[in-house]
Amino acid sequence: MVAEDSFISLRGITKVYGEGATAFQALKGVDLDVAQGDFVAVMGPSGSGKSTAMNIIGCLDVPTSGTFRFKGFPVETLDRDQRALLRRKYLGFVFQGFNLLARTSALENVELPLLYRGDPKAERRETAMNALDKVGLKEWWDHTPAELSGGQQQRVAIARALVTNPDVLLADEPTGNLDSERSVEIMELLAALNREAGITVLMVTHEPDMASFARTIVHFKDGLVDRIEQGNGAKAVTP
Amino acid sequence: MLGTTFLLALRSILRHKLRSFLTTLGIIIGVAAVVTMVTLGKATTAAVQQQIAALGTNILQVRPGQGFGRGGGGPRPPDFEPADVTAIQQQVTGVTAVAPQAQSTATAIYEGANWSTTINGTTSAYFVVQPWPLTAGRLFTPAEEGAGKAVCIIGSTVAKNLFRNVEPIGKRFRIGDISCDVIGLLSTRGQAGFGGDQDDVVIMPLKTVQRRFTGSTDVRMILVGVDQAYSTAQVTSTLTDLLRDRRHLTGGKPDDFNIFDTKQISDTLTSTTTMLTQIVAAVAGISLVVGGIGIMNIMLVSVTERTREIGIRLAIGAVASEVLMQFLVEAVVLSCLGGVIGLLIAQLVIGVLTPVMQVPWTFDPQINAFAFLISGVIGVVFGYFPARRAASLNPIDALRHE
Ligand SMILES: Nc1ncnc2c1ncn2[C@@H]1O[C@H](COP(=O)(O)OP(=O)(O)OP(=O)(O)O)[C@@H](O)[C@H]1O
Ligand SMILES: [Mg+2]
Repeated sequence: MVAEDSFISLRGITKVYGEGATAFQALKGVDLDVAQGDFVAVMGPSGSGKSTAMNIIGCLDVPTSGTFRFKGFPVETLDRDQRALLRRKYLGFVFQGFNLLARTSALENVELPLLYRGDPKAERRETAMNALDKVGLKEWWDHTPAELSGGQQQRVAIARALVTNPDVLLADEPTGNLDSERSVEIMELLAALNREAGITVLMVTHEPDMASFARTIVHFKDGLVDRIEQGNGAKAVTP
Repeated sequence: MLGTTFLLALRSILRHKLRSFLTTLGIIIGVAAVVTMVTLGKATTAAVQQQIAALGTNILQVRPGQGFGRGGGGPRPPDFEPADVTAIQQQVTGVTAVAPQAQSTATAIYEGANWSTTINGTTSAYFVVQPWPLTAGRLFTPAEEGAGKAVCIIGSTVAKNLFRNVEPIGKRFRIGDISCDVIGLLSTRGQAGFGGDQDDVVIMPLKTVQRRFTGSTDVRMILVGVDQAYSTAQVTSTLTDLLRDRRHLTGGKPDDFNIFDTKQISDTLTSTTTMLTQIVAAVAGISLVVGGIGIMNIMLVSVTERTREIGIRLAIGAVASEVLMQFLVEAVVLSCLGGVIGLLIAQLVIGVLTPVMQVPWTFDPQINAFAFLISGVIGVVFGYFPARRAASLNPIDALRHE
């Protein structure tokens, strides 16, 4: 079941916050493999290290020890800017708090990653519009976050994450700030992106209902992977 | 890449219009102050030089008495003698021409029009010492000078008030007790700045004035033209020695005459106004630096306030140098915008102040370009520190920032 040349592979990952007496070990040697095209839900009690692990997988942070290969890149050896370029090229992020730029239209928010990629203006507009269309917000392109509902804001954030056609979409509690109806909509959107565009999705959630959309469910406990089980997503597609 | 950064900076500036304006206020005021001060200072210097040039350059005015003030009691020092004039001409080197002057005032009358004016008796050397072109007519002939004929050359103010619309050349009018023929009309010189209206004058041969008005052969003032090749200071010194000798001033006795050197006064006034301009510009320059610190302050606040935004940009894949450039360009664009607004305000203030100060309106491209450049440099210098702080943020911490 665990492939040797995994798409994402963590081996003996530890993370220590702080130093000396106040040092705290958030991860205690995580081994985890994620196959390309998987939809992974990460669950576990608060403080079990889910976000810490996600930040490492998202190349936003580096482990204290252990090895992390992403598409074969030894990420723990890369510097700040190299990791930034990795994120720019292969990763998309969705956060619990949406994290859209205030006073900036939905379209401009979605355009942002393309700006850093250096796309010309006309192309940028079109790509961003297409992404907004995918999340069903084409008509809302000129609205600022303040003029959008929570669910709509999260969908703009998803459009921004997928506008660069990333390999992996990382979502830390994407439905944490939404009611259950909106949450289901977001989950269906993520599941569809995974199914139709083949984007690998890693998602942290506290709600079993949301986790059930995933193909694989990884349980964290005390800074370690506790157990891995199959989700409903897997049953839905594998007959 | 830079184009995109510029676009991002402009977007961010326009998104916070009021804050941007307040940030750049220091630069606006600083640039406006520097440009206004330097431009007005230069205009004043030019105006002073122009006024002194109207008196004639390279001219020494020799008068009896000590300087402008009558100074102390005692008997009034004697006027000069005609022999003094000849002596100066013959014994002082570096002199182009010497024009003695006798002065009086009288009322001129022509067909019912009255005009009280100054009479200036002199020789044709007067027009060599300080070129003063005629608009019509001619100068005195040696014969007229020698005989003390009643002929005169009149200034434009006299012509206007006495003759109104009549052509004055060839007309005869009464002045004091005599009748006088107008042979020449002087061009307009305008106000001297000090000394009143130079065009309100009737010039006659020296002998005529001495005989018919002052009643003595005394000379009230001597104008000495100095050759360009000689320094006025050098000529002044020889002249002083000669006059002291002729007026029998020995030992420690002070001069009882004064020599007014227009060139020296012009130089002194020019250097004074230039220095004042520099001091005022320096003070205004300090406000530019204060403006720069203002930009740094607001940019630092802005970095803190926009920590989350920076986190988002970093997460999306911005590299450190891109974030640095964004904030740096933002600071530079902001300060340059302030510079442009400051320049416009300066032109406005200069436009309003020049007529009030009675100096000519000028546009000095050098100081404008310089002030604009400085505003850009301030943006770079004071924008760098906040920009580097923004670029060095940790993306996770930045995203978590409230
Ligand atoms: N920057 C940090 N400095 C110090 N300790 C930290 C830091 N980030 C996380 N921790 C600690 O590491 C542990 C794991 O945190 P993490 O955020 O990964 O938990 P989590 O599983 O995501 O929890 P939750 O479900 O509440 O989000 C927690 O005890 C937390 O207090
Ligand atoms: Mg968490």
